[in-house]
Amino acid sequence: MPQIRFIEHDGTEHEIEAINGDSIMVTAINNLVPGIDADCGGECSCATCHVIIDPDWMDSVGRPSEREDSMLDLNPDREENSRLSCQIQVRDDLDGIIVNLPEFQY
Amino acid sequence: MAGMVIAGGGQAAGQAVASLRQAGYKDAITLFGAETYPPYQRPPLSKQYLSGEYGLDRVYLRPEKFYADRDVDLKLGVTVSGINPAAHTISTSEGNGITYDKLLIATGSRPRILDIPGSDLDGIYYLRTIADVDAIRQAMQSARNLCIIGGGYIGLEVASIAVNSGLNVNVLEMESRVLKRVTTPEMSEFYHELHTSHGVNITLNSTVERFAGKNKVAEILCGDSRFEADLVIVGIGILPNIELAEKAGLECDNGILVNGRCQTSKPDIYAAGDCTNHPNPILGRRLRLESVPNAMEQARVAATNMNGGDSIYDSVPWFWSDQYDLKLQMVGFSSDGDNQVVRGDRKSSQFAVFYLKDDAVVAVDAINSPREFLVCKRLYGKTVDTGKLQDPGVDLKSLMS
Ligand SMILES: Cc1cc2nc3c(=O)[nH]c(=O)nc-3n(C[C@H](O)[C@H](O)[C@H](O)COP(=O)(O)OP(=O)(O)OC[C@H]3O[C@@H](n4cnc5c(N)ncnc54)[C@H](O)[C@@H]3O)c2cc1C
Ligand code: FES
Repeated sequence: MPQIRFIEHDGTEHEIEAINGDSIMVTAINNLVPGIDADCGGECSCATCHVIIDPDWMDSVGRPSEREDSMLDLNPDREENSRLSCQIQVRDDLDGIIVNLPEFQY
Repeated sequence: MAGMVIAGGGQAAGQAVASLRQAGYKDAITLFGAETYPPYQRPPLSKQYLSGEYGLDRVYLRPEKFYADRDVDLKLGVTVSGINPAAHTISTSEGNGITYDKLLIATGSRPRILDIPGSDLDGIYYLRTIADVDAIRQAMQSARNLCIIGGGYIGLEVASIAVNSGLNVNVLEMESRVLKRVTTPEMSEFYHELHTSHGVNITLNSTVERFAGKNKVAEILCGDSRFEADLVIVGIGILPNIELAEKAGLECDNGILVNGRCQTSKPDIYAAGDCTNHPNPILGRRLRLESVPNAMEQARVAATNMNGGDSIYDSVPWFWSDQYDLKLQMVGFSSDGDNQVVRGDRKSSQFAVFYLKDDAVVAVDAINSPREFLVCKRLYGKTVDTGKLQDPGVDLKSLMS
């Protein structure tokens, strides 16, 4: 099972065993990792599941779709590697990925 | 038992349990839910679960194992029948005298029932629960003529899925336009045309008077008109489940009255979700809402306060609806505006209508326009340059500074 390392804004780390096919958002929610609200339950409708992917992992994760990009666009905390975590599926090749959590969800 | 007790097992209940454990609450948590499923999301019920795209695992808020792993006692299929606030006890369908330190009422709401001649015939459904949808999906397999009573969001979402699956679909709406209770005439017209262009028949100003048929519904009678129907789905609104609270002497008025901390009028009893009537400091008035973001946020606020923290509910209301390939996202209430501006192109089905009051943004209906939705969420109540707002050439980011 792929390991995901979530790092909260204050530096607290959570090493989680994820399940292939779950989204990164669902992985966080099911393991009570704080910092993700996910109000819409993964429909790309709320933008409250924002995460920042470690630059080394961005190639494997890939870029956001056009809709996701517009959901991220106005986020004041957006960074180069921002993604909506409900739009990323866990796969074997993401084993070891580092996912940073922003201070706020908007 | 004592510890935290949750009456209700839906979206707010599920979030409250998670928030309590996330905040480090270690003692007993017991959830009593009348349904036999663990807490789940209702939005997919009229969308991807109805169409068959999602299975139950995608509908549950969290897998059942989550609750066992976190020592949360799920009492499913158990109804809370009474509360004794003075004794700090509840009674349920399975036993009495169950004590609590803090109680959260998250009983949600139920469909308004259409009580007219023939309403006990087979083939007439409401859509609120997984069990409802399972029965509807089964019935859809052999049905040919679906009649949806009520042109609200749920009715129209069902229409979009049913027509795509090959059924003849009639929508009967009592009012002069669909979505009348929730949006403006222009948006109603847009959605009306969208549905008719996909082959849905919409009849306005039609009050259903009677269902006819032998055992099973066959026809719907409205004045002089008759509609053939072998499947009927009624979506004419909801009623908050407040009877439990009322009986226990909690103050209610169009919902269980709570303050900004989600506290009811009795000590140690909190309430969250569809069943509450709560103050919204941003809007400056009390509201009862039927929306997931509200249920989730109130649950977080209630959980924090039940656990000894201090949190106040202050969110701008928002909602979403998916029909065909259109994603609608709404913020605030269009009826709060005295002026409106459109950004984008109606014909391309990618546009947003902003509603303003004294030049401050108070609502948006954003169709396939997530940027506009988020701008409204962030700029709510702030004065904006309407010229810039409606000019698609102006980057919305420039309005945020
Ligand atoms: C088909 C459908 C589609 C929707 N789509 C959207 C959408 O797209 N976006 C959106 O924001 N909102 C949507 N909503 C609304 C949203 O689902 C509700 O606002 C939300 O579920 C409210 O959560 P809740 O926890 O307050 O209540 P509920 O989810 O209704 O949960 C209450 C639960 O408590 C149980 N209960 C009641 N009384 C008792 C008792 N005495 N003892 C024990 N258990 C009890 C009930 O059986 C129920 O399971 C939709 C609703 C429906 C029905
Ligand atoms: S959970 Fe709502 S956009 Fe990701």
